[in-house]
Amino acid sequence: MTRARFSAPPVRYRRIWRNNWLRALIVFAVLYFLPYSTISIPGVFDGPLDAPGVLQLLAVCLVFAGLAVSYDLLFGHTGVMSFGHGMFVTAGMYVTTILVNHAGYALFTSAALALAVTLIASLLLGAVALRVGGIGFAMVTLAFGQAVSILVISGSPQLTGGEQGQTLNSSAVPAALDGVRNTANLYWIALAYLVLCAAAVWGLTASTPGRVMRAIHENERRVEVLGLNPYLFKLLAFIVSGLLAAGGGIVYLLLLGGATPTVSTSNFTLSLLVMVVLGGAGRRWGAIVGGLVYGYASQSLTRVSGSSAIAGLPGILRGPLEQPLFLLGAAFVLIVFFAPGGLAGRLAAKTTTTGIKEG
Amino acid sequence: MTTLVLLTATGLGLAALYFLVASGLSLIFGLMDVLNFAHGAFVSIGGYVGWTVADHLSGTFGLVGSLLAGIAAGAAVAAATELAVIRPLYGRPLDQVLATVGLGLAIPALLQAIWGADSRTWLLPGWLAGTVNVAGAHVPTVRFLLIGIAVALLIALRLLLGRTRAGLIVRAGVEDREMVTALGIDVRRANSAVFALGGAAAGLAGVLYGLYQGSVSPGDGTSLLVFAFVVVVLGGAGSITGTAVAAIAVGLVQQYADYASASLGDESVVILLAAVLLLRRRNLQGRPA
Repeated sequence: MTRARFSAPPVRYRRIWRNNWLRALIVFAVLYFLPYSTISIPGVFDGPLDAPGVLQLLAVCLVFAGLAVSYDLLFGHTGVMSFGHGMFVTAGMYVTTILVNHAGYALFTSAALALAVTLIASLLLGAVALRVGGIGFAMVTLAFGQAVSILVISGSPQLTGGEQGQTLNSSAVPAALDGVRNTANLYWIALAYLVLCAAAVWGLTASTPGRVMRAIHENERRVEVLGLNPYLFKLLAFIVSGLLAAGGGIVYLLLLGGATPTVSTSNFTLSLLVMVVLGGAGRRWGAIVGGLVYGYASQSLTRVSGSSAIAGLPGILRGPLEQPLFLLGAAFVLIVFFAPGGLAGRLAAKTTTTGIKEG
Repeated sequence: MTTLVLLTATGLGLAALYFLVASGLSLIFGLMDVLNFAHGAFVSIGGYVGWTVADHLSGTFGLVGSLLAGIAAGAAVAAATELAVIRPLYGRPLDQVLATVGLGLAIPALLQAIWGADSRTWLLPGWLAGTVNVAGAHVPTVRFLLIGIAVALLIALRLLLGRTRAGLIVRAGVEDREMVTALGIDVRRANSAVFALGGAAAGLAGVLYGLYQGSVSPGDGTSLLVFAFVVVVLGGAGSITGTAVAAIAVGLVQQYADYASASLGDESVVILLAAVLLLRRRNLQGRPA
């Protein structure tokens, strides 16, 4: 039955699709050309694909996907559960904003300095926090993330803008990235960021250090017995994923036009975890699929929550459905229970029946 | 001097809350290796159920009622979580943690849907709303209630773990679960009991946090949870005395640093955590790493 429904494509195409790099090329090329198309998908997007609102939504999805990929390097590939990933996003976002707005540096200099700050911060933090293993590491990074969050929200309101966040000084933003008409350029930057994350993580996991990381995920004690020091490889994964997250913070900053303290909250880091698990941890396309789906769901659930269809429901049903976090949390529990491999795991299980290996 | 007394009393009051939340967390983690991210949600549920009772019954009767209701709600939700979410995922420790993360996101959102996002004011009975004069400082009476309950819980837990057969099984389970199972003792029953006990303490903490602040809001539990995690890491999982000492240290450091400069308190707790991690070469269970 399954075979009949998923009728296998001709061998020629199947071989192309099976090559991971070619497959990536096709997917990213399609994403690259989206802003040129005027197709509208009613019910999914509010307007045609080249409308600024739709592109903005898609760009946020792409940034989330990139961030999820960076988180997956730690969580899915190395087996290190960090609850402080949001603080690197915060570092990229806020260091850039503060340097542009208060020190008067150019955008690119500020972004480069923000990455340098993140490099040092992730090195120091990783060196300290990785001394405790497993779940202890999760608690420690959660505490550090909370410290950064409090610092950003109530540390120095003149510098960070407190709970309101801070608008990026628009005179520092290049003209090509400013204004609604240039949303397509921001979309391409977000896409470039996702490609960079995917290339970095795929490249790293295919390399020798990446294989050690995978081995740590499988059995850390065994890696030690083989004479390798897991600490150093975990630190490397922590630093690379931190740097990628900071880059995501900078791109997100450009998209939003300002820094927002929501990225520093523990809920933001937890949402990255939700994306990775949703898509399938440690799988090539898992984090990307999860990030795109979560990005789309979280943005449109807010819209659905306020819609008239929900407002017509009786109070006992309406209340919970108006809370996006309730829906996401409940969906997350269901996925953990019934689809441990995530969406990518599901898709892979189905395509394997047609003879295509999972990727 | 008065400032010092006031800061110490507030710090110890906070420490009492941290101890109530962290003791359950620490026992659950020590026995089952489950980092319970839903623990903050138990705190919030206890707080709101207690608030609802106090809203309908006034005075001392309402206070006692809300404390009992908070304990019962926390224990019931925790026991239900253990049965419905944790137990089916036995043998998949990572998925257990992930499931509690989902609950930790969903439950506060549900509370927000029921009781609204704004905080609800909690009216204290007359005798509790006042202050007590200690060496010239006017210390709010609620602080002493918090400290008293936490000390009582500490003594009760020490007796329970040290003097009873059930406590012996829990302590043995923390040390080596496989060995206890091999000796023919069903650790799963201990798991349920510890989860319910931790939930009861968390629900109690939710009510007390409401009394301490004079209000309840959906995010209360989550904000306590972060510091409870710090206390668990500092105190060592499965150790009740360690948890108590760590809770006092965190509460006092936070208050003293906050006095020096606003919002320095939370940062100094994290610095304390980093310093302890750097200086101590042991893992969470207190064994050499």
